Amino acid sequence: MPKRANSFPEEVLEYVFSFIQTDQDRSSISTVCKSWYEIERWCRRRIFIGNCYAVSPRMLIRRFPDVRSIELKGKPHFADFNLVPEGWGGYVYPWIAAMASAYPWLEEIKLKRMVVTDETLELIAKSFKNMKLLVLSSCEGFSTDGLAAIAANCRNLRELDLHESDVEDLSGHWLSHFPDTYTSLVSLNIACLGSELSFSALERLVARCPNLRSLRLNRSVPLDRLANLLRLAPRLTDLGTGAYSAEWRPDVFAILSRAISGCKELKSLSGFWDVVPSYLPAIYSICPGLTSLNLSYATIQSPALVKLVSQCPNLQRLWVLDYIEDVGLDALAESCKDLRELRVFPSDPFVVEPNVSLTEQGLISVSEGCPKLHSVLYFCRQMSNDALITIARNQPNFTCFRLCIIEPKIPDYLTLQPFDVGFGAIVENCKNLRRLSVSGLLTDQAFDYIGTYGKKLEMLSIAFAGDSDLGLHHILSGCDNLRKLEIRDCPFGDKALLANAAKLETMRSLWMSSCSVSYGACKLLGQRLPRLNVEVIDERGHPESRPENSPVEKLYIYRSVAGPRFDMPGFVWTMDEDSALRVT
Amino acid sequence: MGFDETELRLGLPGGGGGGVRDGDQVIVMRKRGFSETESDISTDTSTCVDLKLNLSSNSKEANSTGGKDGSAEKSKTNKEKNNNLDFPASDPAKPPAAKAQVVGWPPVRSFRKNMFTAVQKSTNDGESEQMNKGGNNNAVLVKVSMDGAPYLRKVDLKMYKSYPELSDALAKMFSSFTIGNCGSQGMKDFMNESKLMDVLNGSDYIPTYEDKDGDWMLVGDVPWEMFVESCKRLRIMKSKEAVGLAPRAMEKCKNRS
Repeated sequence: MPKRANSFPEEVLEYVFSFIQTDQDRSSISTVCKSWYEIERWCRRRIFIGNCYAVSPRMLIRRFPDVRSIELKGKPHFADFNLVPEGWGGYVYPWIAAMASAYPWLEEIKLKRMVVTDETLELIAKSFKNMKLLVLSSCEGFSTDGLAAIAANCRNLRELDLHESDVEDLSGHWLSHFPDTYTSLVSLNIACLGSELSFSALERLVARCPNLRSLRLNRSVPLDRLANLLRLAPRLTDLGTGAYSAEWRPDVFAILSRAISGCKELKSLSGFWDVVPSYLPAIYSICPGLTSLNLSYATIQSPALVKLVSQCPNLQRLWVLDYIEDVGLDALAESCKDLRELRVFPSDPFVVEPNVSLTEQGLISVSEGCPKLHSVLYFCRQMSNDALITIARNQPNFTCFRLCIIEPKIPDYLTLQPFDVGFGAIVENCKNLRRLSVSGLLTDQAFDYIGTYGKKLEMLSIAFAGDSDLGLHHILSGCDNLRKLEIRDCPFGDKALLANAAKLETMRSLWMSSCSVSYGACKLLGQRLPRLNVEVIDERGHPESRPENSPVEKLYIYRSVAGPRFDMPGFVWTMDEDSALRVT
Repeated sequence: MGFDETELRLGLPGGGGGGVRDGDQVIVMRKRGFSETESDISTDTSTCVDLKLNLSSNSKEANSTGGKDGSAEKSKTNKEKNNNLDFPASDPAKPPAAKAQVVGWPPVRSFRKNMFTAVQKSTNDGESEQMNKGGNNNAVLVKVSMDGAPYLRKVDLKMYKSYPELSDALAKMFSSFTIGNCGSQGMKDFMNESKLMDVLNGSDYIPTYEDKDGDWMLVGDVPWEMFVESCKRLRIMKSKEAVGLAPRAMEKCKNRS
């Protein structure tokens, strides 16, 4: 047998393996035999770590000595909604420090929800001469000083993407740190930055980078500067405008229209802050070529939106505010038959009364009119089981269905019933559903349906729902492919967790906040399951100061081969065999 | 100063867990207020403020080792604080009249919330009036740093209606650091209230903030709403760091203890 496995020289196997890209496949081939494991680990170039605390830098480097591309994710998803207190963790510095010496040829770093400091960015700039791609998605902890270091030192940088990060914006001058000899920029996303950029530096940068294909500006770039930039980069495929507003002047409009129409390869548009509607027609010329349109900052009313989308027959992705209303979504369903992804954000999430006429009807229309629609995020104020059933029947191909009925716990507005049956229809009909967010009034029955039919479900988000532990039990025992479960404000407690403890080791993570899980149960889980990190997050002080049966504020459980972490702040405790001892 | 006046309240605006609006009046009674500001702005009770971080009340709550009842009630209150919309399932058709803001709900990212304040204010005045009717909307998230603490926190100023509420929340947030200052004795000191008071009195923290103009100001001088509008970030300074910030501020702090 061993002879068979070694009948090809290593180089041949390595060459064969280079065609195998996905993590899962790579993982599979590494388990065939020892020599394949060895060969595979030496030639694996891309690493994805979905939870930075699941493994340590040392372990990564020990197994994979020559990595060129790394992707790391830090905080749990609910950090996006301020549920994870600041200081929780997700620091990337230790990773960068370890990789600085181990992977000098590292080319790509992609981080999501991690704390990145200026010191980290400086270390990246100094250590990786071949750095080509830096994506900081929803990160925080750094300032424009750190960006200056990247700009100044990364000669081979092709892509810098600050996607939705929280950057301390000290000044716009960091852009000037790209040396005059630097010409390799392909993609730049600085839409999240607050302060004014140095325009001349920006223009010079755009002018000298012939390969620039994606440019997402920030709000400070005024409309009248946009035309100049577009003339310098006519081969853009992806543009994020800055503030789309200026005093109406026909000459400015004409110049802008001409510049935009000159970008014949534009496929994706975003930005559109502070839209002055009279300037919108400037983009009409390239609308037929658009596949992606992000109007989620555009506070324009339905008629203008309708006019726009009806000129985009090739649209695949639309992000928009609920100003589009049902009538706009009807128009969308009529015009955009290739639509794959729709996100409708609330223009005013905090008023009780609806400020726009957007109801379940809009979602019904698109589910009916857009046969390729598979991913939806929809904020609305009313919904009915009938609508959900209709939507499920119209579009059984949903892979991602996230419905947010704005008021917690409200029922079907027609029957005053919970939405159990409605979501049941969604999970039953949509056999490829991988991601689901539920809302509105829901009983344990809803979770019974989800557990029964949601066999492919990988990520589930639940808020203000359910009656008892039975609800959680249905999910944990039924959803075979569940990887990420996040729950807030539900009456789920110890019983379901303890009964399904083993399930937790098959998942990436579980988040529960404002539920009924007791400290005692957390300790038990931590003690019994050494391959899980059971973290209690409680800002009221150490849980030992309260009775064992007292519920913890927040709980984050994730599997890990790295053991408990040591960078926790004072309000996070890991439950393990030693947790009782650690009190004193 | 009675215990209830210093009782920690998460103080989510619009009701829930402890009657915030009543709380405003209770807080006026505090002896250690900035009495100078009281006289200037007589009708605005929200400026009567004791800005000494109220860590003593926090420690009382955190270390009530007494019976199950106490903590069960406390945990219930905490739950209420987190979930204001706890109306009975038997009456689902009636949502609460006032819109209470729950942390992180609806699940909209902060940069999507803040954006609208700027837009709506500038576009349509009538519209923005209607928005404000419903109570607080849009988050105003600011970073809070405390001298000596290893990391920063963030607060949503819209979650509070007055300085005392903010003060309580900050106290709660940073109590773990001050307790840390007690040294390796850890839990014992945590439960020792007098030791905690020593730390507080010894270190004397002053809350300051950076306003829109980039200046560092003492928290508490302007009416609450004005503060929320202009505050960009908060810094809880040790009094010895506050030299030059305002000699009057130094005096106020000294007079407090």
